[in-house]
Amino acid sequence: MMGRVYALLHARNLEFLRDRSTLGWNVLLPLLLVAGLAAVFGNGVRPLFKVAVVGDVPTVQAQTLLEFTDYVAVDDAERLRRQVARHQIDALLLADSREYFYNPASPKGAVIHRMLQAVPSWQGRIEEGAGLRYIDWLLPGILGMNIMFSCLFGVGYVIVRYRKNGYLKRLSATPVRPLDFVLAQVLSRLLLILLITVAVFIGTDFVFEFPVRGSYADLLLLTVLGCAAMVSIGLLVAARVASEEVAGGLLNFLAWPMMLLSGVWFSLEGAPQWIQHLALALPLTHLLSGARAIMFDGAGLADVALELGALAGLTVLCIGLAAWLFRWRTD
Amino acid sequence: MVAQTPATGPVLEARELRKNYGELEAVRGISFAVPAGCCFGLLGPNGAGKTTTIEMLEGVLPASSGEVCYRGQPRDGRFLQEVGIAFQATALQDFLTVRDQLRLFRSLYADPLPEDELVALCALEPLLNRDSRKLSGGQRQRLLLALALVNDPQLVFLDEPTTGLDPQARRNVWAVLEAIKARGKTILLSTHYMEEAYRLCDEIAIIDHGRIIAQGSPDALLASHFDETVIALPVPASALPDDLPLDFIETATGVEIITPDVDSALKALAFAGTPLNGVVLRHRTLEDLFLELTGEELRA
Repeated sequence: MMGRVYALLHARNLEFLRDRSTLGWNVLLPLLLVAGLAAVFGNGVRPLFKVAVVGDVPTVQAQTLLEFTDYVAVDDAERLRRQVARHQIDALLLADSREYFYNPASPKGAVIHRMLQAVPSWQGRIEEGAGLRYIDWLLPGILGMNIMFSCLFGVGYVIVRYRKNGYLKRLSATPVRPLDFVLAQVLSRLLLILLITVAVFIGTDFVFEFPVRGSYADLLLLTVLGCAAMVSIGLLVAARVASEEVAGGLLNFLAWPMMLLSGVWFSLEGAPQWIQHLALALPLTHLLSGARAIMFDGAGLADVALELGALAGLTVLCIGLAAWLFRWRTD
Repeated sequence: MVAQTPATGPVLEARELRKNYGELEAVRGISFAVPAGCCFGLLGPNGAGKTTTIEMLEGVLPASSGEVCYRGQPRDGRFLQEVGIAFQATALQDFLTVRDQLRLFRSLYADPLPEDELVALCALEPLLNRDSRKLSGGQRQRLLLALALVNDPQLVFLDEPTTGLDPQARRNVWAVLEAIKARGKTILLSTHYMEEAYRLCDEIAIIDHGRIIAQGSPDALLASHFDETVIALPVPASALPDDLPLDFIETATGVEIITPDVDSALKALAFAGTPLNGVVLRHRTLEDLFLELTGEELRA
């Protein structure tokens, strides 16, 4: 019996090792994850507290000397006060007026307040508000991530499979034009993923009662643009590729940075600047920051114009390129 | 509606078609014309260039050089509306029933055949609600034929429609093809089955190594190359006397004697005391012709 097991084991190992894209991905994925998380969280001791500073961070740090605390430079004091109220940040420190805002209802905020009371000449100001639960903050991330995977793979991977198995060739022998085909794929996925996202939102809302301060219509518009951007990236990947392995690798290569850097699981505030800049190139970042602004800050369309513009621009660019590059078959 | 073909002039014409893949010349200057209502067969072994030729004619594969004319003109936008195509291997969208597939393809054309007519023509009635992935080889082929016929095409391209089917399924597909012929369609069919070419085609072009090596109606081709009859004897060569005044070849089932004069050959066999029980007389076939022309067996 062991002979048979060994023979099968050996054959399977050969298959795995010779499928270079799978092997590469199995090695590359954990490396990327480790590198990505290390870049975001650094390699020092993870701080316990996070405070935002308006003004010169080193000066404030030298004055206050808070231990185990991450000092993050910000310039929008209003927005950060809302974050303090929601327990998203433990305190906001204003260098010029030597004031700090904290939320006594937040355990970490209360501890920071105790520590700052010992610092001469700094005045505490209470910023009250019910904390934003992690699940509230996480919901847009989870739904956005689902949109991303569904659109990238549901369009990109499927079209490549159609091309590989000859279905695209069969369609090319009918009066169907590439644009007809591409449009049908885009609209189908857009419609389905929107329905799923809305259904999941409504379903989970019954249990968790998510706060939505802005307009549902704005949220829907942003989501439509987010889906369109993701679908168009999927189309671009699928425009010519005829190998499912290559398509899978490319799509994963696009999806995983978004998983890590677009703020699905944690806020990127405090991450190195270059990471934050890199994150701005990812459509999921814009979808999530826009959705959170509408949900938690009650932002209107004008407030999320940057996000809407980025998603719309990316959609137009990718669909244009995809239509230009599209081939029914590769040979 | 589709414009009627003028009485004169071929429906489809290939002029000096060539296809190179780098150094490899897959098709080396093929020319022929298919008259209206004709079932034209491209006959040849695997790798002869049949599929490459047919796909260049369909417009799916660009030719390296040469010209294709449809109704005397270069192909234009109406070509795909007016022809039906069944590739050698085609995947369909998953999770769709036979009826869904028919409806999908019917909706791609301006003036499709009624669904009932299509279903009757290709004998799909019992399969309409079946998932198209769960069809047998022959059933699937009939569905693919139906999809090639949805637009009631005047010209139908069929690339090896019965390859890989069992004899019964092959006969079922032939029945559909004969029904298509009876509707007056022009058919371009590729095959490596002699029997199929002989039964269905009005004219055949035998292709080998990217060239047409013989062309004509099956009977005319046989008549022009052979005036002999084959005498097949189910006995081993060792059973024949050494001084038999006839040439013979050994086959898997016995020996074959090829002769223009059956009377003398049979008399010679009888005179030599060869047992004639089980003797079969047959005409030379396309299979023999292919062997004669290329020196190779027609590889399946």
